[in-house]
Amino acid sequence: MAVFIDGDKKHFRQLNGMIKEALSSDKNAVINNVNGQRYIAAGLEGDFDIVINGVPGNDLGIFMDGPFIRVYGNVQDGAANTMNGGALAVYGSAGDIICYGMRGGSVYVRDNVGYRAGVHMKEFGEKKPVLVIGGTAGDFLGEYMAGGIIILINRQDAWRPAGYFCASGMHGGVIYMRGNVEVGRDVRVESLGERDKEVLTFHLEVYKSLFEINLENVKIDEFNKIISTGNRPYKKLYAGI
Amino acid sequence: MNEGKVRISSGCAIAGIIDRKREMFSGTDIIESIAVMHERSNGLGGGFAAYGIYPGYEDCYALHIFFDDKGARQKTEDFLNCNLKVGMTEAMPLRKVKTVKKPPQIWRYFVRAKEQKLMEAGMSEDEFMVQAVMKINKTIKGAYVFSSGKNMGVFKAVAYPEDAGEFYRLDEYKGYLWTAHGRFPTNTPGWWGGAHPFNLLDWSVVHNGEISSYDANRRFIEMYEYECTLQTDTEVITYIFDFLIRKNNLSIEKAAAVVAPPLWEQIAEKDQKNREKLRRLRGTYGSLLLNGPFSIILSASNGMMALNDRIKLRSLVAAEEGSRLYVASEEAAIRRVAREKLERIWAPRGGEPVIALLEGADDIFLKQDEAN
Repeated sequence: MAVFIDGDKKHFRQLNGMIKEALSSDKNAVINNVNGQRYIAAGLEGDFDIVINGVPGNDLGIFMDGPFIRVYGNVQDGAANTMNGGALAVYGSAGDIICYGMRGGSVYVRDNVGYRAGVHMKEFGEKKPVLVIGGTAGDFLGEYMAGGIIILINRQDAWRPAGYFCASGMHGGVIYMRGNVEVGRDVRVESLGERDKEVLTFHLEVYKSLFEINLENVKIDEFNKIISTGNRPYKKLYAGI
Repeated sequence: MNEGKVRISSGCAIAGIIDRKREMFSGTDIIESIAVMHERSNGLGGGFAAYGIYPGYEDCYALHIFFDDKGARQKTEDFLNCNLKVGMTEAMPLRKVKTVKKPPQIWRYFVRAKEQKLMEAGMSEDEFMVQAVMKINKTIKGAYVFSSGKNMGVFKAVAYPEDAGEFYRLDEYKGYLWTAHGRFPTNTPGWWGGAHPFNLLDWSVVHNGEISSYDANRRFIEMYEYECTLQTDTEVITYIFDFLIRKNNLSIEKAAAVVAPPLWEQIAEKDQKNREKLRRLRGTYGSLLLNGPFSIILSASNGMMALNDRIKLRSLVAAEEGSRLYVASEEAAIRRVAREKLERIWAPRGGEPVIALLEGADDIFLKQDEAN
């Protein structure tokens, strides 16, 4: 059984207090009528299952480590900011800087994301964050990306799925993108290897089952792979030479 | 200490609602909308602009003035009586709100310029009013005109916006266009005059962000007899739009392309006609490019425009529902007040203006001289 929480017109401190209390005795929570409350599930650790109905405020799931959150609505700016583990599924679109500095876990967005998605995502050892976007992304996708995986499915075949300045300053990780690819210097576009295809197949299957969208028009071979040309693009800048 | 002696950098929330069929609605919606974003402000500035609120006085300029003391009010009224025909005069109707502390005296005057003075000065009534307002603000200590448009008004305070709305009894007014601002100044003492919206004639601007090109913009605009007395970003933004649209007759779209032009590599991708147009605008008005992170709402009698900086360093969401168009820093602020189902909700791209004009209006600013 899940606990039901009504978020209607509650201040974020009050709402987050109620969520914390509910999860002290229960693993599942459904939060209804959420509208703009910030920091939901901030720093939350453990295998909780949370459903949010409405539009949660900025920094949803910031520093979170473990929970699975489903949002039936759009999310605002800064969702999954510095998220460490767990999963977030957005049944709608996301605002700007989703997955900012994300370190682990996975985020699936059914529709579109705003500017600077995945800015400065990073990975270390086993920790490898993943951001999967069903639709399109705003400018600066994967800006300063240092690790992890971004998959841009572009399921509606937009001509320019990632806007301008994709992968600016990228120096690690990988972006898989379906459709017209335009990237700056410091990165290169490659065709897929066998391992890439396995990774893509896995995440596309998860996407399909989460959102019940069959992606009939999407073929694995249509994806391009964007990686950085070196892992220390600024070494000359900071080496004093 | 007043603005101008210190630098301001701010977080802030903005919101705007227009009914394009001119259906009137009370200030309750905009207050509820901006209140959702409480965390974006810190109680050091909140304000509203409302259009259509003085239907009995459409022909008069409504002056809203802060006074530090009786002496400042006396001096100002002497100045008004000498230069203007002063109609209805009253203390601003206010409500006591615990969190709104130490308000100045707030009065409003419905005025027209004296014909003889206009002839002597040889200028339009709009221009005459601009000069009169600047003169009061510059020369009468303790007096500050913070609203001077026709059939519109700005209401602002050192307070959270929802408290400022309560204080000014905005639930009792009806308008077709409302904008709001919640301020989070990080580097300045709060001052009533320094809250947003900033207003000149029918223009009002609310603004989130900071303009790092301020001095370049100011130097250019001061060549055209605008005096930047507050030294705030918002003041210079207002003058830039007044200059481009009222004085130089640019369309609102072109004015947006001046302050937030596409980057050169984006211009290069356009078809020849647009490429030439954008090059010309940048060549002529290059000094009016606003650099730095911002989202603004510019409004005037005929509508509003919301605009982001070209690389979108501040958030902005827009939505449509019948004849209403909403904009806000956060989606939740729109959803709180949307009446039924939003038909369309979207995040505008950086530098892409969201323009909402009244039905039948050609451009955003109604020139008073043409209207008369």
